Formats: sequence, structure tokens, C-alpha cells
Amino acid sequence: MENLITNKNTIREQVDVCVIGAGHAGCEAALAAARLGLETVIFTVSVDSIALMPCNPNIGGSSKGHLVRELDALGGEMGKVIDKTFIQSKMLNKSKGPAVHSLRAQADKADYTREMRRVLENQDNLTIRQCEVCEILTEEIPCEDAGTAASQRIVGVRTYTGAVYECKAVIICSGTYLKARCLCGEAITYTGPNGLQAANYLSKSLEDHGVELRRFKTGTPARMDKRSIDFSKMEEQKGDDTVVPFSFSTNPEDVQIDQVSCYLTYTNEKTHEIIRANLDRSPIYAGVIEGTGPRYCPSIEDKVVKFAEKERHQVFIEPEGLHTNEMYVGGMSSSLPEDVQLAMYRTVPGLENCRMVRNAYAIEYDCIAPKQLSASLEIKKIKGLFSAGQFNGSSGYEEAAVQGLIAGINAVRMIQGKEALVLDRGESYIGVLIDDLVTKENNEPYRMMTSRAEYRLLLRQDNADLRLRKYGHEVGLVDEETYRRTLEKESLIEKEVERMFSTTVGANKTIQDFLEAHGSASVKKSTAMAELICRPELSYELLKEIDPEREELPADVVEQININIKYDGYIKRQMQQVKQFKKMETRKIPASLNYDDVSSLRLEARQKLKEFRPENVGQASRISGVSPADISVLLVYLEQYRKG
Amino acid sequence: MIYYKIMKTDTIAAIATGMTEAGIGIIRISGEDSIQVADKIFKSKSNKKLSHQKSHTMHFGMIFDDENTIDEVLVSVMIAPHSYTGENTVEINCHGGMFVINKVLETVLRNGARLAEPGEFTKRAFLNGKIDLSKAEAVMDLIQSKNDFAVKNSMNHLKGDVLEEVRSLRSDIIYEIAFIESALDDPEHISLEGYPEQLLEKTDKLLEKLNALKERSGNGRIRKDGVSTVIVGKPNAGKSSLLNLLAGEERAIVTDYAGTTRDILEETVKIADLVLKITDTAGIRNADDAVEKIGVERAKAYAMDADLILYMVDSSVPLNENDMEIMKMIQDKKVIVLLNKSDLQQEVSGEDLRTHFEKDVFIIPISAKQQTGMEEFSEALKKMFLSGQISLNEDIVITNLRQIREIEECIESLSLVRKSILDGMPEDFFSIDLQNAYLHLGYIIGEEVNDDLVNEIFSKFCMGK
Repeated sequence: MENLITNKNTIREQVDVCVIGAGHAGCEAALAAARLGLETVIFTVSVDSIALMPCNPNIGGSSKGHLVRELDALGGEMGKVIDKTFIQSKMLNKSKGPAVHSLRAQADKADYTREMRRVLENQDNLTIRQCEVCEILTEEIPCEDAGTAASQRIVGVRTYTGAVYECKAVIICSGTYLKARCLCGEAITYTGPNGLQAANYLSKSLEDHGVELRRFKTGTPARMDKRSIDFSKMEEQKGDDTVVPFSFSTNPEDVQIDQVSCYLTYTNEKTHEIIRANLDRSPIYAGVIEGTGPRYCPSIEDKVVKFAEKERHQVFIEPEGLHTNEMYVGGMSSSLPEDVQLAMYRTVPGLENCRMVRNAYAIEYDCIAPKQLSASLEIKKIKGLFSAGQFNGSSGYEEAAVQGLIAGINAVRMIQGKEALVLDRGESYIGVLIDDLVTKENNEPYRMMTSRAEYRLLLRQDNADLRLRKYGHEVGLVDEETYRRTLEKESLIEKEVERMFSTTVGANKTIQDFLEAHGSASVKKSTAMAELICRPELSYELLKEIDPEREELPADVVEQININIKYDGYIKRQMQQVKQFKKMETRKIPASLNYDDVSSLRLEARQKLKEFRPENVGQASRISGVSPADISVLLVYLEQYRKG
Repeated sequence: MIYYKIMKTDTIAAIATGMTEAGIGIIRISGEDSIQVADKIFKSKSNKKLSHQKSHTMHFGMIFDDENTIDEVLVSVMIAPHSYTGENTVEINCHGGMFVINKVLETVLRNGARLAEPGEFTKRAFLNGKIDLSKAEAVMDLIQSKNDFAVKNSMNHLKGDVLEEVRSLRSDIIYEIAFIESALDDPEHISLEGYPEQLLEKTDKLLEKLNALKERSGNGRIRKDGVSTVIVGKPNAGKSSLLNLLAGEERAIVTDYAGTTRDILEETVKIADLVLKITDTAGIRNADDAVEKIGVERAKAYAMDADLILYMVDSSVPLNENDMEIMKMIQDKKVIVLLNKSDLQQEVSGEDLRTHFEKDVFIIPISAKQQTGMEEFSEALKKMFLSGQISLNEDIVITNLRQIREIEECIESLSLVRKSILDGMPEDFFSIDLQNAYLHLGYIIGEEVNDDLVNEIFSKFCMGK
């Protein structure tokens, strides 16, 4: 890159942390680093596209809502911003168990971007810089420092204009911009989303430093002009009557706003016919696209091919904001040519006369296989190089944001010589997400799913504060006062649950009448309140009538008491499992361990262990191809290693 | 979902002595709760609980399974860290024969211990500092080789139909999990309306199949019926006559024509206080008839799995290539050779036969027709058992034990699903126990299960924005 040669006329700055990219991961990373007191620069190809939502106009959803809540408990920003900029909100799965309740809010995209930009612009220690980072700069780590797997250390970055920012840590949050390519039928543009400039140089610099890249793809549907849609042919989808905020810090009263609606319609046989007739013009089916796409948000052509027996697919028409006529056509992303797109959209009831504002397209980009990362989100080979979001092979705004936060926190902790913050699978969805990334073969963009969390009964969206505030406080992103309130809440819950287990009601007339009134069987002898709460037809709230000693408690505390008692058996079972699980997580594996010395390992296991270099025995046990016997062998070896 | 082996307990048990010695064996229980586990099933003559006994003491008493006495035993107690593994350890010395030892182990497993993984006692001994560090290499090799062996064996002993059944049950279960999970992940696309009722019906069917599978599993058979015994021999050697003689009724069709028995006939008989489960097989010969061919193939398969083989030789005709093939097949098995038709002109002698076996075998002249030689046969059986020459195939026993335990766990999990449905719990709770059921069935066939669920969700259900 001759044009990048530095000379004395270029800018040379010294900072602590450089964040590359200002999407959802980059914003959280930069805010965390700056808030923890380090001088931070965030680079973006366009300041106007900070926290852009280039795909769906919503935040949250099943299991993603959990991520946002966890992020908030740790001191992240996304939850606060969406609380200020949402235009509709729903708690999904309300009829199911508390573990799978999940918040989803429609965002006013422009407002969201503006609000996040405002937060960034007003953050001390944080500078926003519009330019493309082309190179990471490193130096060799002297051999004496062995004991880590890294052989190089970050010393800075260089921009396209030649400016050098010396720093101690870099966080790559490049989203879908690295060597991005957008496809719409035969039309291919070499840009990032929404026609924004792609980042075409950083990939090579990373490869030169031994980082292995690969290509993923994703896609987005068209946006339609609201005036051209006939909503009378669709089902209206309203928000919840009472809105629950995302952020634990938001006053619930502030989010009871007038909401806008989304609309539901369906594809039909005609739609599918058009798609099938034009498959040869789809770049995916024609083999033009090399990247691997996500199975969970398939394009409409994928759905029609893979689920040929389905007569119709749902289509959600969602507003992109209050001050725009653009409507998002959820469920119909596509990389078919524009003319086919328009024809197929126009077969959908209500879209017969639709006018397209933006066409649907697929986008391909460079990212890494995340097994190159440690659980702190630092790239193992290069000390000080962190990464988050789609660059790590994930997908989704929320998945990106939580990684950004963790990478930001850990970049700071690395610089300060502190131990990394690593959340585990037993305490958070964030832990599940990162653990899955670093211990599994991920062959498609990774999306959070509730089924990925094996202890989900404990990892509810309603108790994210109780689970994670302590870490937020410990790292310094949650202030004293907020933390004190969480502790107070915890103690109120504990005391009241205890009281419910120890307080009994007699089999007297008042009680029997109460039970009868609520369609509940009478009691034969004196019974603990908790036992009654467990009955499906009763709840902690209902028992107020027969509980004269009860003190008035805040709604969120009441909710916890109810859940803790009603699902006590299940919760205890999972806690027991978590206890078992933690045993293996605490058995550390030295970074310098040479698996070739462990001769009893089976060949496949040894290869996998060398490839992933797990940090502890728990991680090792989750790598596919490593058997329980291999783990036993490893335990014996580690014992010998420790003592010998 | 990520699958961790769900360890309900860290207290492990296994037969520590191998299963070949004279019907005497030691069951070792090791782990924090081992003494409590033993106390649940052991009643000492002195009526004193083992938990009140001192370390390194031995106690005489009985092992009970609920009300039933299983065996008279000597039990030794070793309190941590003064034991082989460095953990609380109980060793039960049984002497009631292999069936009984097996039964005691099962009782132990049902009362709070789990079956030890291959090499696990040694692993624990090492991790608890009971084995010299310099032996680490040897310990690691031992763990790996024992596991390799166990995996190979368990797959070998898993009968094709069991394997198929387990696979099919698993695929039924994961379909349901995937359905629930995709609805939870994408509630606006997939509805669970009316689903609990459907699932209840399906769960009942699954439970029915699992109970049948449990009954059919090798261990259930051995426990109920005793030594699995197969009669082999070339056509018309008199196998069916022997079976009829032992069983005392006309079960098999007996004619003078070779190749009459095409199906497998089974009979349970008691001889010399031993329960034999006898299978009569189609005569082994190079069959041309297609139907008979199937019978012959099945006979070979049965013979391979058996604990004991009764090889019927027609002593009135010379040995032919069929006999050679049979003898080749049963070299490694426990065999009693029955020289039938001793009432006719002898063409084959015991000495002739002996030369065809690498090891010493019992060769007994009988006449199924005249009912002679039965006493000697019964004596031989007794000798084999009491002198320890024959024993159950240890690998099969262990494989079966594991199988049964996993099937039981699976049944338990599905019963919890049932309960959750009947209690009106939300659907996500069904999924928790369905996943456990799936997991336990997976252990039986040793299948890797890493991304099963996610793959099932995406392949069966259309998700997404």
C-alpha cells in the first residue's frame, strides 16, 4: 500500500483505545472504554451512519431482548437509547413461561441513530473520527513473555489518509463493511449497506498479521412507500397496552406513549410461482454468492425452495420511523433482480400497487472464524486486538452490542493489567453467545436463540439486573447508587420469599372461602403461603387478601417473588446443574500447554484442542470431537502439570 | 442446546473384580455419598448403620432391593482419604454368582450411585493424589484404552433393532423439541395453539415404546431369564429334540428332514438350579432356500451374543463343512458340545472333536431320543458355573446396565413432561425435560449431539424475518 506511507506531514496521535466502526458493537465498545477513563477514538466511514439500523427496524425479540437487558445491567447504552426512540413495544411469549418472555421494540431508526450519536458526542474521553482505518500496527512480543499464545502486540492503527493513532488496544467492529459487496440479481455494487462506502484495505492488513478471514452473507428486504400500501387488506398488529422499558434505569411511566402499528399479510402461490420461475436469476442459486448465509433469516427464495409444501409465508409491514413513509417488508428479504422483486411483492395482498423506495439485496463481507478469539474477545495471536459484532461471525444488532460492550471493557482491563471479564453460560445469555462463538465451529452468522441457553430458567430477562449489576459495578460502569438499589431489591425479594415459605394459613373459613372464590381446592391443614402460590390459579398478588402482614412492595420485586416461588423446583434443579457446570469452568488450561505432550489424547481431540486452544476444561469439553475420555486424560495431565 | 452429561451424582460404582472368577466379586462404590448409598440397601447382622462404623472395618449382612433379599455379603467401609480413590469407599463382597453380583450393582445404581466410566476409579485415585505423579502417563493411557474398548464393545453389542429403535425415538423427541423451540424463538410465525394435547398423546406413545425397549434390552432378559443359551448345529443334528426334551413339551417341529426349523424358537428352562434361556436356531448350513437363509443368518447373530452355546453334533454321520464352519464360529465362546444320537452307530468320537477346539471343552454323549446323558449335561453345567468357567459376558452386562439406566432416565424425563403438561405448565417447561430425554437416549448409542437441535429447527421449521 504505497499510498499509505507515513511521512512527517501526517497526523500522529496518541490515545489508549481505537474502535474501528461505529455500529452497534462499536458504539458500546467506545462508550465503555471512554467511560472507564481511557482516551478513546471511534472511527467510522460516515458520522451520519453512527448506530445505523440497516436491516430490521426493531431492537430485541426472542432471546435478543434478553441480551439488551443484560447489556443494560452491565452499564451499556442500547436499552436506554431504544427506550427513548421506540414507536411500538411488545413483550413476546407472554403466555409462555417467564424464561422466554422477551421484549421487542420497533425503533424510529433516524431517532435511534441521532440519539446514540448524541450520547457519543457528549461522552468525555471519546473522539469521533470519520475515516477508514486501513492497517493495524503491531510489534513483536519478546520471547521472554511466553506463557501467552500471542506473538505480537498492538501499537496503533493507520488510516487511509495516512494518520497514525498510537494506542494500546484496537477493537474491530467492522460489521458488514469489510470488502463488502451488495447483490441484487445481476446488479452488483462494491459498497456496504445502504450504498455506504466499503472498507477495502483492513482485510489485507489483518491477513498479513495472521488473522484468518472468511466470507459471510446476509440480506435485507425492500422498503416500500407507505402511501402505496393498502393496509385494509392486512391485519393490524398493535403494541402492548402497558409498555415495559428495556432499561432498568428507565422510569416505566416515561415509556407509556402513543404507539404506531405494524401490519401482517401473507405471500401466496402466485408469489411463489414468480420466485420459482426466476430462481436462475438469483445470485445465490446461480452460484455468484460465495458467502455463507444465516438459516434463521432466510431470503424469501430460500423459504420457497426449502419449504415448498408451505402455501404461504407471513409478511410483516413495519414502519421505519415516524418521520418517513418508508415501510420495511419483514419476511421477504431477497437477492433476486429488482424487476422480479417488484413483481413478487405486488402479488402480496395490500402490496398490489406498492412502490419500492429501496430494493432488497444480499450483502457479502469479510469476517473471522471466532475460534481465533479468547472469551475476552481478544484475538489470541495479537495482544491488544479485540473484536466484536458481525466481524466475529455473529448477526444482529443486539448480538453485536453485547460483544462491543464486553470487548470495550476487556480492552480497558487488558491495558490496566486486570483480569478479563468473562461471563459464563450459567449466568448470562452473553456468556452463552461468546462461549458458542469461541468453542464451536460456526458456519453461518450466529444468532442468539433461547434454545442455546441451557440454563434459561435462571437467565430471565426480568432478573438480568440481579444477575449482572454486580459485574457492571465491579468494572466501573454501574454507579454506587444504582448498585445499592439492586442490592436492596435483592434483599427485599429474599426476605419476602422466605416469609412466604415460613408463613402458614390455617384451614379456616376465611381461607376456604378465598380459595373457593378463586376456583382453587380447599386446604385440609395449615399450609404454607408458598404452597398456595404454586397453584396455577393463584399467585403472590392474589394472596394479598389473606396476608394481613404483607407490606407494599414495588412491582418488579413482586414479579420476582412470584417467579421464584412458582418455579422453585425447576429453578433449584437448574442451579444444581450450574454448580456442576462451574466445576469444569474453573479448571484453567495454561495458554502455553503443548497438546503434543499429552500422548493419550485421541488424534482428533488433539487437533481440535490445538485449533481452539480452550482456556479452561469446561470450554474444552464443549468442543466437538473432544470426548469425555479425552477430558479425563486432560484432567490427569493438568494435575501432573500443576504438581510436576 | 449444549449437551452436558448430566451427572446427578458424583458417587460411582462398578464391579471391581471383573466377572469371570468363580461367581465371587466385589462391587466398589466411591464418592462422597457412597456410605449413604450402601446404607440404603445393606442391613448388617448387628443392625448398625455403616455410617456409624469406623474406617477399615468389615461387616456381615444382607443386600436388599426393597423387600427382597438379594445376597448375603461382606461389606467393607473405607473413609476418605484412606481408600484406593481417596474418597469414601464401600466395597461389597458378593458370592452369590454372577447374576447376583449384577443384581447388587443394579440395586446400588438405583439408590444414588451412577455407573463408573471406564478407568474412572483410577482417574480419581490419581486426581486425589493416591497414585504417584510419575504414573500419570500410564493412567492416561489406561483411561483412553479402556474407553476405546468400551465404545467399541457397546456398539458391537447393541443389536441392530435396538439401535434403530433408539434412533427413531430420538428423532421423534427432537422433532418435538425443535417445534417448541422454534415457536418460542419465533412466536409470530409458529403457534403452539392446542399443542400440549398433541404432545401428551405423543409422550404416551413414546413412553410405551421406551418401556417395551427396556423390557427387550439385553439386561432385562438376563435378569429375568438367566443365561442366554443358543443351540447350534448342522441341520437335523437334533437341536429341536433337545429343546423339546429340556422344555418338556413339543415346541419345535421335529421331522427327519433337514432344515425344518426356520424360525427361532425360545424356551426358558431350569437345570441344576440355573435358569437357561435357550434359543433353538435353524440348522447352520449353506442354505439355498431364501427363507431358510434368513433363519441361518439370524441364528449366527444369536450365537454371537449368547452367554453359552450348546453345540449339537450328530455322531452318527461324519463331520462335514457345516460343522467346520460352526466350530470356527464358536471358538471364542463358552461351549458345551453334545454328541447326539449316541444310541446309533458312532461316526464321530469325542476325541475327534476335541482336536478342533483350541481350548478345553465339555463333550457329552447324549441321546435326545432316548433321553440319556442328561445327568452328565446337568453336571457339566454346574461345573461351569460353580467353578467359574462360564460367566456372563462382562462387556455385555455392562453395556446392558448402561442401556437400562439411560432408558430409565429417559422414561423419568418423559414422565416429567407428562406431568408438566397435566399441570398446565407453559410449553417451554416441556422442552427442558424433553431435552434430557433426548440426551439420555443419545448416551446409549454414543452419538455426538452438538448442533442437533439448531439443525433440526432450521431444517424442519421455517423461521425468520
